[in-house]
Amino acid sequence: MAKVKPRVKVPKKASVNEVVTIKTLISHPMESGQRKDKKTGETIPRKIINKFAASFNGEPVFMADIEPSVSANPYIEFQMRIPESGAVRFEWTDDDGSVYDMEKKITVA
Amino acid sequence: MTVTRREALGLAVGGAAALTTLRFTAPAFAAGNAVEDAIVEFTGGAKPGSGDITIGAPEIAENGNTVPIEVSAPGAASIMLLAAGNPSPGVATFHFSALSGAQEAKTRIRLAKTQDIVAIAKMPDGSAIMTKRSVKVTIGGCGG
Repeated sequence: MAKVKPRVKVPKKASVNEVVTIKTLISHPMESGQRKDKKTGETIPRKIINKFAASFNGEPVFMADIEPSVSANPYIEFQMRIPESGAVRFEWTDDDGSVYDMEKKITVA
Repeated sequence: MTVTRREALGLAVGGAAALTTLRFTAPAFAAGNAVEDAIVEFTGGAKPGSGDITIGAPEIAENGNTVPIEVSAPGAASIMLLAAGNPSPGVATFHFSALSGAQEAKTRIRLAKTQDIVAIAKMPDGSAIMTKRSVKVTIGGCGG
């Protein structure tokens, strides 16, 4: 399977209480469980990212429960208010239980 | 018994009409139920009214595999997106918190065919609002 690679775009600096746009993308096939193998005719088992969560210094910011209707390489964009300097943590949970994570620091000037 | 020409024609037309209605209503009805079930589960029984909720989507999506969608409902606690014409209607549910800058999110979704996208927002007071938007799909995106 292709390597799962998360990517996020977060501004490095922000002013106090500024609302910033955060863009995230993770390379993942998002196998819907609906497709069939063309050779064997068997259904390819479902394997998707089913949960995405973003937190800031341990406080939840944004969460998404994801279902098979989300495209491959799920892209999620949301808005976040920055109260202070800190780190934004992103976590993607796979159907097989593995968690892919990433952390980005934001400095409040 | 003799069947006149008029009767025979009437029967044929009636039969065909009945068949077509059956064919078209059966799957639509099933999908409608799944959507309604999902809405009831999400809102906890509160009947969604209309309100300040918008879906941003292209009018025509050439490729159903990735259709950019944005949804916004100021003040909502969470928003659920449904694609009524997909094999399973659930798309995603977004949950917001005090640190959310705005109650909106963008993502890319799969659409099997031309259909309605439904968004339901749950407000902090337990009420719910919903909206619909239809998207035309040229090539479906759910494999086959």
